Parts: sequence; C-alpha cells; structure tokens
Amino acid sequence: MQRRSHARDDKTMIDKDALARYMFSAADEIFATMLGLQIILGKASAENPETATDSERVVALIGLAGSYNGTGIISCSPALACKLSSMMLASDLRVVDGEVLDAIGELSNMVFGNVKTMLEQQVGQLGLSIPTVVFGRNFWTRSVGEQWITVPVEVDECEIDLRMCLSQNHRSLRHTSFRQHAPVTA
Amino acid sequence: MKINVLIVDDSAAIRKILTRVLSQTDLPWGIIYEAGDGVEALDVLKSSEVSLILSDINMPKMDGLQLLTEVRANPQWKQLPVIMISTEGSEAKVMDAVELGANNYVRKPFTADQIKEKILSCLKGVVAA
Repeated sequence: MQRRSHARDDKTMIDKDALARYMFSAADEIFATMLGLQIILGKASAENPETATDSERVVALIGLAGSYNGTGIISCSPALACKLSSMMLASDLRVVDGEVLDAIGELSNMVFGNVKTMLEQQVGQLGLSIPTVVFGRNFWTRSVGEQWITVPVEVDECEIDLRMCLSQNHRSLRHTSFRQHAPVTA
Repeated sequence: MKINVLIVDDSAAIRKILTRVLSQTDLPWGIIYEAGDGVEALDVLKSSEVSLILSDINMPKMDGLQLLTEVRANPQWKQLPVIMISTEGSEAKVMDAVELGANNYVRKPFTADQIKEKILSCLKGVVAA
C-alpha cells in the first residue's frame, strides 16, 4: 500500500512567534484592565510537552478544539495566585482556597479566550473548554502533541508562565483527503 | 423603583466582580440574583422578578446564547434587557448575540466604567420610569 502525504494548507499553519505574541498581548490587556498591573515579557521558548514541578504551584488548564486542538496553561506560585485573586476580587486572600482557584481559572479563561479570538481570524472557529485549576506540589503535566510554547511574564516582581500546546487537527484533514482521492484497492 | 439584576456566569469570581461594579453604580438596585448557567438562570426568572440580565456565553448545561433564545421566546421576558459579557470577541459571535436579541455586548476583560456605561444605556427607560 502506498502512503500518500497530505499537503498542508500553509495559510493555516500557526507561526510559533505569532502564538507567543498573541499570548503576551492577551495577558497584557487582561492584567492591565482587570488588575491594573503591567506585565514584563520574558523570553519565549519551545520545550518538551512534559514538565515537572517539585514546588507548590497553581496551574490552570483550558482546552481548545476545532481545526486546531490544544491546551493553554497559566502556572504561578500560590503566593502570586493569592495576590492576583485578592486584587481581582477586592479581597484579602492569603491561602489558596476555592475563591483563589476560581479567580485563576477565570484569568486563564480570559487569556486563552482572547488568544482563541486572535487565532480564529487565521484558522476559523475554535471551541474553548471550561478551565480546570490544580493546586499542589510534585506533579507532572503532559499534553500529547507538538511542543509547548512558553511565555514567561513578570508581574509585580513575580513570575507567571503562560504556556500553549497546539496541534493541527489532522482528522479533519484526512476526511477531506479521502473525499478527494480514489479508494485504495488491495 | 428597585432594579433586580440576574448575573449569569459559571465563574464565581466574575459574579463577584460584577456585583461589586453594580454596587458602585448609583442606581436603585434591589436584589442581585446569581446563576451559574442558563438552566439556573431560567429557574431564577421563573420565580423572581428581574429587570436586567448580565450573562456570559460559554457555560455548562446551557450557554448564554441558548439562554438568550429562551428569554426572547417567552412573552413574559421578551423585553428584558440582556447584556452579554464574554471572552468571545469575534465579530461573528457578537452578531450572533445581537441577532438573538442581546441589547448590548461587553468583551472580557472589562473595566467597571465599560459595564456601567452599557448598563445605563440599557436601563434608560427603566430608570426614567
């Protein structure tokens, strides 16, 4: 049986630098508007999709699906999560509790919701999941797919990681290709 | 006349922020109801008198656009002012909401002033009365 390569539509390939810019731009607007904070961009990098942490972290994960599938993550220290949540809710939250997790979940929803809107101009409609927030230590995160793009940003002298892993949905490509080619006979 | 508001969002954080924004607006607020999704929102509407709805779009069980459709289909709520507040910022999504009968649309992130402006715009007739 011959394998046929599926030509990719170059118009829908997402440039990693562009993705990093979208993430920073969304975060910049959200931190300024909702929290009155300015963020400073660190150096974006591509890394393996498997990351481990041995210190306490608050990690918010949100999924995207459509012509591209993937995950967006916001990761920060518990102290920063409490600080950001306190500012967002005009409260004094000193320990990570349900309110803090909800606030960080909503931050991830807003950041990656806005990234989604920017991506949709290029790739068409995408769906966004409800965020899940994890708090703890000694855990790994892994998303099957291509490399993560990590955009570290500094806010109020603390670091927060914005990460995104995005892969083209080849199922939709394959379905299109089968309609276009003659059936393979044994 | 007191204005009762229904805030619909699956994020408790956003509901809290919007409640705070409302309290900073010099309007005669009555009861501020909260709902976590469209289904809960309909339960509130069936049992309580509401003058304004602020609703997210992406929510579990029933999203904001489905809620809007239900509200506009009910003669009792047909004229109820509805402001959509969402991360969905594409022109297509805004048009969907407007076509389904939303009175106004605010994209997240929002400032308190943006919310206040949209609310005052929606409630002109209600406040005057």
